[in-house]
Amino acid sequence: MNDNQTTAAPVEGNALVPASGDGQVLPASLAAGPDTFENPGLPPHIHRAADIDPAAAKRAERQVATMFGISMLGALIFVVAYFAIRDEATFFLPGVGKTSTQNVVLGLSLGVSILFIGLGAVHWAKTLMSDEEVVEERHAQASSPEARADAVTVVSDGVESTGLTRRPVLKYSLGGALGLFALPLGLQIAGSLGPVTVGELKETLWDPENNGGKPIRLMRDPEMTPIKLEDVTNGSVFHVMPETLQHSIDERKHVLEGKAKAAVILIRLDPNDIKVQKARDWGVDGVVAYSKICTHVGCAVGLYEQQTHHLLCPCHQSTFDLTEDCKVIFGPAKRALPQLKITVDDEGYLVAPEGFAEAVGPSFWERKR
Amino acid sequence: MNALAARRRHPAAIALLILVGLLITGGAYSFIAPKDANASAAVATDSVDEGQKLFLGNCASCHGTNAQGTASGPSLVGVGAAAVDFQVGTGRMPMAQPAVQAPRNEVKFDEDEIASLAAYVASLGPGPAVPDGELTTVLEPGTEENNRAIAEGGEIFRVNCAMCHNFAGAGGALTRGKYAPGLEGVEPKHIYEAMVTGPQSMPVFSDTNLDPAAKQKVISYLKAQEEATNVGGLTLGNLGPVSEGLFAWVFMLGILIGAAVWLGKKAA
Repeated sequence: MNDNQTTAAPVEGNALVPASGDGQVLPASLAAGPDTFENPGLPPHIHRAADIDPAAAKRAERQVATMFGISMLGALIFVVAYFAIRDEATFFLPGVGKTSTQNVVLGLSLGVSILFIGLGAVHWAKTLMSDEEVVEERHAQASSPEARADAVTVVSDGVESTGLTRRPVLKYSLGGALGLFALPLGLQIAGSLGPVTVGELKETLWDPENNGGKPIRLMRDPEMTPIKLEDVTNGSVFHVMPETLQHSIDERKHVLEGKAKAAVILIRLDPNDIKVQKARDWGVDGVVAYSKICTHVGCAVGLYEQQTHHLLCPCHQSTFDLTEDCKVIFGPAKRALPQLKITVDDEGYLVAPEGFAEAVGPSFWERKR
Repeated sequence: MNALAARRRHPAAIALLILVGLLITGGAYSFIAPKDANASAAVATDSVDEGQKLFLGNCASCHGTNAQGTASGPSLVGVGAAAVDFQVGTGRMPMAQPAVQAPRNEVKFDEDEIASLAAYVASLGPGPAVPDGELTTVLEPGTEENNRAIAEGGEIFRVNCAMCHNFAGAGGALTRGKYAPGLEGVEPKHIYEAMVTGPQSMPVFSDTNLDPAAKQKVISYLKAQEEATNVGGLTLGNLGPVSEGLFAWVFMLGILIGAAVWLGKKAA
């Protein structure tokens, strides 16, 4: 037909025929049914410019060489810039602003040096390398019957030589060893599903045990200074940590674990706006403290909208209404934020005499027990 | 027929005609439309009386003739001069149209008029005063003391402000169409006043919550952020994974698809 090359076994016409189970190739006349059609073959080969025109081939060669040359240039620029540019150097890049010179130059040069190797190689393959279509016929996949019989013999001889069929003790002890081997793996997976002591999830740094039974002062985060009742003005919000956190900070141990459950938000409302008596009782003159950890997945609910008295969680937009004891009014959270009971101590500072009445943060299986 | 008439049935003719029509209508409207009424009187001194005149002319319709508040606007008794300086000085008030939140807008009064309004509102009841220049001086990075103050300002910002205004002060969404605006380009005086008065949805950060030194540190931090080097390159609005993801999906994926198409195409 044209200058195609095929490596197919010669068959009548150009019809593709299926191989039978024993690997023989059937003549086309036997295999062809009423619905088969003649193999149209491959479309006529279209020559590329580089195949026909030697000048175009030379041009393609120059293009590939240029790309490789750009890559080399990029690599050299990288080496020079690595030593020549100071770490702190900055420059103004239009569209980005003031940015680090070293980052931009090193990044671009390294990127160019890698990219143009690839671009050059692809261009070379597309324009200069052989593009003649090749068809490989696939031989029958099943092995010959002799090979298959040999394989069966090898396997059965092997099983015979292990002696497993004649020695059941070996068989059962092997089974036991392999079976029990799964136990340490399974135990580690199952054991890592949650804390062994559920009590840890219910404890926070607000529990008086952490302070020898004494009420715990509310401290501003991050300054860790105590808060007087009159410091909290109407409409203001304080982000609060317990004074027991100072111990963790000094020891530099478990600071984040402590903060993650102890975060509290302190807000002053007009007492007449608070509709739930318990919320009023657990506060002081309209100053109320709630856990900042969202009961949905545990993000910090810090977005306080002063005029609507809503607390918004930024992660999934659960909204809590402060006038209704932080009831959920929108979003995926299902439980209100736990309130922290606060009073005033002798010196006028706000203190929490007891910890939270329930576990803070997202739900877990043993929460109510 | 002439050349123009010969092309009257060209496919682009109708699109061109609509464009021309829109331009003529829009242009004519911008000439004929009435300008916003400017009701401010020319004042030279900041006195309570002048402030009251301005108030009655521009603010009383929503805030009441004695600033006692109406259904459309809250009482201004006790908000202090700082609140007026912030709201009117950033153009938020007089509010352009009823909305969930008053956006930053064109400033409608000059400095003397704002001072008069502030003096009048301050006379109605005690409230936060306009901060003096010392409190709103921006600490420039460079000295160790200033660097430490700016770093502390960053810590205070991240604990108290970043949840609404974003880790880089780029602004963020609140509920029902309200939002915390971006903080870039805001005057230090206005930042201070916003903190101390708690405008609209923003809580009040009184001087007993964040003392004036802490406020100055926060302001210095924000200004240092504006000048800071973008080490990571394009900030894409400092919105984190949202804008960066969009960039990656649109551009990176587009380039990858283009590369795949190029790889598969036969050369010329």
